[in-house]
Amino acid sequence: MRTKNLKFIGSAVIILGVLAWLGVSGVQESKTYYVTIPELYAKGDAAYDMRLRVAGDVTPGSIRREQGKVYFQLHQEKQTLDVVYVGRDPLPDTFVDNAQAIVTGRYTPERQFVAQQVQAKCASKYEALPPGAKPEQKPSSSY
Amino acid sequence: MDALGSYSLLLAFGFCIYAILAALIGHWKQKPLLQQSSERAVVAVTGLVVVATFCLAVLLLRDDFRVAYVASHSNRALPIYFKFAALWSGQEGSLLWWSCLMALFAATAVSVNRRTHPHLMPYAVAMLMTVLGFFLVLNNFVVNPFALLAMQTPHGPQIFSPPDGGGLNPLLQHPAMVIHPPMLYLGFVGFSVPFAFALSALITRTKGEQWIHITRRWTMIAWMFLTIGILLGGRWAYAVLGWGGYWGWDPVENASLLPWLTGTAFLHSVMMQEKRGMMKVWNMVLIFATFLLCIFGTFLTRSGVLSSVHAFAQSAIGPYFSVFLTGLLVLTSAVLFWRLDFLKSENQLDSLASRESSFLFNNLILLASCFAVLWGTLFPLLSEAVRGVKISVGAPYFNKVQIPIGLFLLFLTGVGPLFAWRRTSFDSLKRNFTRPLLFGALVAIVAFLFGARNFYALMTIFLAFFVIGTIAMEFFRGARVIRQKEELGWAGAMVELTRRNTRRYGGYVIHFGIALLFIGFVGNAFGVHEQAEVLPGDEINVRDYRFVIQGIDQDETDNHIASRARIDVYKGGSLLATMEPERRFYKASQQPTTEVAIWPHLSKPLEILRHPNADIYLVFSGMSDDNQRAVIQVYINPLVLWVWLGGVVMVLGTLIALVPSRPPEPGRPLRRRKPAKERHEVAA
Repeated sequence: MRTKNLKFIGSAVIILGVLAWLGVSGVQESKTYYVTIPELYAKGDAAYDMRLRVAGDVTPGSIRREQGKVYFQLHQEKQTLDVVYVGRDPLPDTFVDNAQAIVTGRYTPERQFVAQQVQAKCASKYEALPPGAKPEQKPSSSY
Repeated sequence: MDALGSYSLLLAFGFCIYAILAALIGHWKQKPLLQQSSERAVVAVTGLVVVATFCLAVLLLRDDFRVAYVASHSNRALPIYFKFAALWSGQEGSLLWWSCLMALFAATAVSVNRRTHPHLMPYAVAMLMTVLGFFLVLNNFVVNPFALLAMQTPHGPQIFSPPDGGGLNPLLQHPAMVIHPPMLYLGFVGFSVPFAFALSALITRTKGEQWIHITRRWTMIAWMFLTIGILLGGRWAYAVLGWGGYWGWDPVENASLLPWLTGTAFLHSVMMQEKRGMMKVWNMVLIFATFLLCIFGTFLTRSGVLSSVHAFAQSAIGPYFSVFLTGLLVLTSAVLFWRLDFLKSENQLDSLASRESSFLFNNLILLASCFAVLWGTLFPLLSEAVRGVKISVGAPYFNKVQIPIGLFLLFLTGVGPLFAWRRTSFDSLKRNFTRPLLFGALVAIVAFLFGARNFYALMTIFLAFFVIGTIAMEFFRGARVIRQKEELGWAGAMVELTRRNTRRYGGYVIHFGIALLFIGFVGNAFGVHEQAEVLPGDEINVRDYRFVIQGIDQDETDNHIASRARIDVYKGGSLLATMEPERRFYKASQQPTTEVAIWPHLSKPLEILRHPNADIYLVFSGMSDDNQRAVIQVYINPLVLWVWLGGVVMVLGTLIALVPSRPPEPGRPLRRRKPAKERHEVAA
């Protein structure tokens, strides 16, 4: 009886070990650091070696398309970041001036962020506001 | 209407508290009337929550934009079925919807079981109402769906009604979105019933596997809805998001997968308990974990803790969920620890080549998968907590771990049901597996000869057809016996076979669906993606398909403006179809979206039968910079259809397993009836 259990435990340990090893290597391959634009600059040269994910607002009028690449600028806390999108997937429809964008890719010594992926949210954060809504119109309870 | 809804919710909360107290006090003080009133209170709560949900639906259908929820999730021109679907499109509404489904499930479970299992009712009622009560707290006091818009004026706040609403998020304006959330939520709330009964059985030290028998159908129904919900979510992502795939390991997708994995493990390991009296603690842990993950999934979807493509809401409900989840975790662990002596195993593992051991591996692997998904999903939070940096992991991590797990599970799907209980002889292994193994190998070799070189893809094909082979043999063998005895045809014998043991053969049908699903996944290895900027008259050539751009039309409805590319698809000189990918601009929300064109369309079964391996997927992703040429993305996604087909087969199998088995030889005197426990589980 004991040996049967040991056999099972042994195989389980092997399986879990293999999976853990795959998991660790998978993490190494795909791990991406979330940084803000100021944090990116604070990293200095170390920033070139890691996959990064940076969020910011798209500077109005900065989106420029050239030879299949898309150039634009993000800004956050008065700092700006020049981005070139080189990915193959179409940019999301929500990617427009002033949208909140999240870019994933690498920062290069040419002071340009090369993004493989761009996600964007409309400035309204998906929850569309009633037209003409003003900041002072706050929902209040009905009681 | 808004007042009626609000007051119903408030009253429902009151009754909910009453039900909990009456159930517990009635039980402790042995007052049957009080207990009975607690069960009736459950019905009252349900009625009130349904009224509240109905009120919100009416407000949406009536375009009552005084209500903040209606103003921000609907607009006048929205088609009527989307107005209804707006009910669960935002945070407030979807949490109300959760409560509504939960209440209906609870009331049904209570009325079905209150006479047959009175001793389990007090704690079951208390637990169900605690869960519902938590959601009613949110509905009433945190994210009330009936809040009105008000404007500050010099004379104090005034109720205000905008002329039109802000519109439903365009991404949600898709038929799959109308049914996906209800299905997923039915799955989530469905697990509350087995959870409540398991907890109650444990607290009251109810003998035997009674709680499993009571809740077996509930668990299967919940599992089925969860399966449908997950696949519809994939279908929605595929048809709406326009990136050519159906699963991106997004946190919200993962959140729905987690309880599915533990729920699947539970459905298998309860058989160990029913048959052999083993794994009692484990089954409790699994059902508790499944339900907690359901709540956790709702929390991830609704709180916006993790950034995700579809975390549509960001709000203050996070802390409430954290407290509630911690509470449930403490409660379940405490009860489990306190009753550990009651859950002693009656048997032990006999052999590595046995049904028991295949179930153990099945559970181990499903749990490992669940843990790996959870780990990857929470990685940003964990790394921030431990190292102070927010690090996320992407699809490569998930694929690297989950593909081998999937293959191992597929292997177990094939071998597990054919292993005997206790131990399996080498002869029986040879008899059962030789032909299916040869069949799988043959198909894999054919695939190799046709140019498939990806290792994982070939392995999947081999295993999937091995599984299909074992299932076919099981049906064939069973049917052969019945055919001889009952003088039936092959088809009749198979139907008869299935009816005699629906649970076993329904299970095989589900496994068949799983094999189809995996065949669908294989297509990922062979897809292509091309992008082109085109003018009318231009051609795009991808593989052996030719796409001819016919023109671009403009169209307008009350709800949106559309430009639509008309593209003829040729293969080998003959016209297959005209496809029309669209770009839409929604007026109310001022947002553009793409409407993907997919061929063959799911509503055309004939075309699917003639072209079962191709999915042509066209996206009109915008205009070029000079605004002259249309940017068209062409994806060829082989075998995607098999994923949806596999899902349909899985649901079918679950429905078969839900039908009670018919005793053999109807009309003739029944042989000695087996005791209830065995009759329930002659199955796999």
